[in-house]
Amino acid sequence: MILLAMGCLFCAPVLFLLSGSIMSRYELTQSLLPMVADQEKLITWVFFPRYPTFEHYARILFQTPQFFVVFWNSMKMVCLILAGQFFIAVPAAWAFAVYSFRGRKFLFTLYIVLMLMPFQVTMLSSYLVLNRLQLLNTHGAIILPAVFSAFPVFLIYRDFCNLPKGLIEAARIDGAGEWMIFRKIGLPLASGGILSAGVLGFLEYWSLIEQPMAFLEDQTLWPLSLYLPEIGIEQAGYSFVAAVITLIPAVFVFLAGREYLEQGITASAVKG
Amino acid sequence: MKLSRRSRRKRQFIWRSENRESHAWAAFLLPSFLGVTVFVLIPFLDVVRRSFVTAVTQEWSGINNYRNVFSNQAFRLAIHNTVRFTAVCLPLLIGLGLFLALWLSRLKQIQLIKSLFLFPLAMPAATVVLIWKMVFSRQGFLDGLLIGLGILPEGTLFDFMGTGASFWVLVFSYVWKNLGYTMVLWLAGIFAVPGDMCEAARVDGASEGQVFRKVIFPNLKSSLYTITVLSFLNSFKVFREAYLVAGSYPHEDMYLLQHLFNNWFVNLELDKMAAAAVCVGTVLFLIILLLQRLWKA
Repeated sequence: MILLAMGCLFCAPVLFLLSGSIMSRYELTQSLLPMVADQEKLITWVFFPRYPTFEHYARILFQTPQFFVVFWNSMKMVCLILAGQFFIAVPAAWAFAVYSFRGRKFLFTLYIVLMLMPFQVTMLSSYLVLNRLQLLNTHGAIILPAVFSAFPVFLIYRDFCNLPKGLIEAARIDGAGEWMIFRKIGLPLASGGILSAGVLGFLEYWSLIEQPMAFLEDQTLWPLSLYLPEIGIEQAGYSFVAAVITLIPAVFVFLAGREYLEQGITASAVKG
Repeated sequence: MKLSRRSRRKRQFIWRSENRESHAWAAFLLPSFLGVTVFVLIPFLDVVRRSFVTAVTQEWSGINNYRNVFSNQAFRLAIHNTVRFTAVCLPLLIGLGLFLALWLSRLKQIQLIKSLFLFPLAMPAATVVLIWKMVFSRQGFLDGLLIGLGILPEGTLFDFMGTGASFWVLVFSYVWKNLGYTMVLWLAGIFAVPGDMCEAARVDGASEGQVFRKVIFPNLKSSLYTITVLSFLNSFKVFREAYLVAGSYPHEDMYLLQHLFNNWFVNLELDKMAAAAVCVGTVLFLIILLLQRLWKA
């Protein structure tokens, strides 16, 4: 029971967002005024607004074309990154998990190290190469480096390792080609793990901040996650609605992929 | 000695399949490796080179950049805060996660609770920021709550973001976001411990504490490795919340390495950045190797 209460408390921010998004402008101003005007008074909050309204939703959906631009920027980047990772990271994970070759251990350690490097350490190197490739200030500057991220390789590697080795051997003796084994055995049997990496990836890239901030100057190219904080507290209603809309795809992916997510996390914990 | 035809053919077959195998890995790995080389490895070598030259004229300057970085006040502050943050957060998160996981592992219906705790993972930093501002600002809810509980005297307005307390706001934010993930990792490790082993120990008269220390914990070692690595990885991402709530120059107690790199980047102080990136990269590399040694041994 205590845990349940704690869990609900963890999710409480969503209630703030939802109630804030349907509050009338007058009520919002009343609640947040101490913060906006820096008064010596505490802000107040009601979770069930007295005058619920959808005016902010209407405004954002019908009168703010800018919002759609950044929304689709985000969608485009996330989808392209995940698609790219599927074609690049999954085969790489397969190579590490199934084959033994010289330098495998060294290369894998290299990948783990790269995975753990925070963005700021590699920021300068990324900047230099993106500059050279003339990708700065394009979506490519965000998408391409993310496609070659080492994190999904690491996650999916764990799942491929859990496949029974005998199965692969058997397929080989039956004369199946390596590509065939990968496609007919590897992909289907590790699909849960791949999906879980996809869910984690979606949540990660949906809230990108650092990369677009460093590499995208043009505001029309910005993703939602960077555009959202730019809305000032004076436009609280607008920013609450924008936050709710930002949250929707993430929550949708989270709920739809919850099972895979947990399976994926579980797989990585047990296989040490 | 004469081999039968059949076994000779078999041997040939195995040889052929191994040969084929030995090339296949390269085809699978090559796209990824090429990308990593182009986007990370080669540019990083360039950064190493740049760390020894001046920013504008590209003249050889020896270890001058490194000397500049280490005598830089902001760099020291950022290192101090980042180390402090990691030292506080990792044990806290890992310990709390284990505690909750042990608690949960005794209950039956845990699906809902697990999901509730995992949920913060799905909330983009940008959406949380608004709430954090409302909770932790001078006029925020936390002040109201503490006054209501009688911890703070009536009428005080304590700004959590503008004082040393901002560090703890950051810690809270990190734990909030990652606790569910850590807990699920621990749970998986705990459930992988064979139940009859614990049962047997209990029958033999071991107390719950003993069961945990002698039976469960030794089995969780590999989980601990994964959890530490992933928690470490995620500890750098707290910058998002910190930056969005407090901007480029927050209270000095939450000025992290990430802030510093970001500010250097904006000011185009590339020589310092290069030297600092090499230093931080090297230290992280050593930590990772150390972790691997510790647990794989």
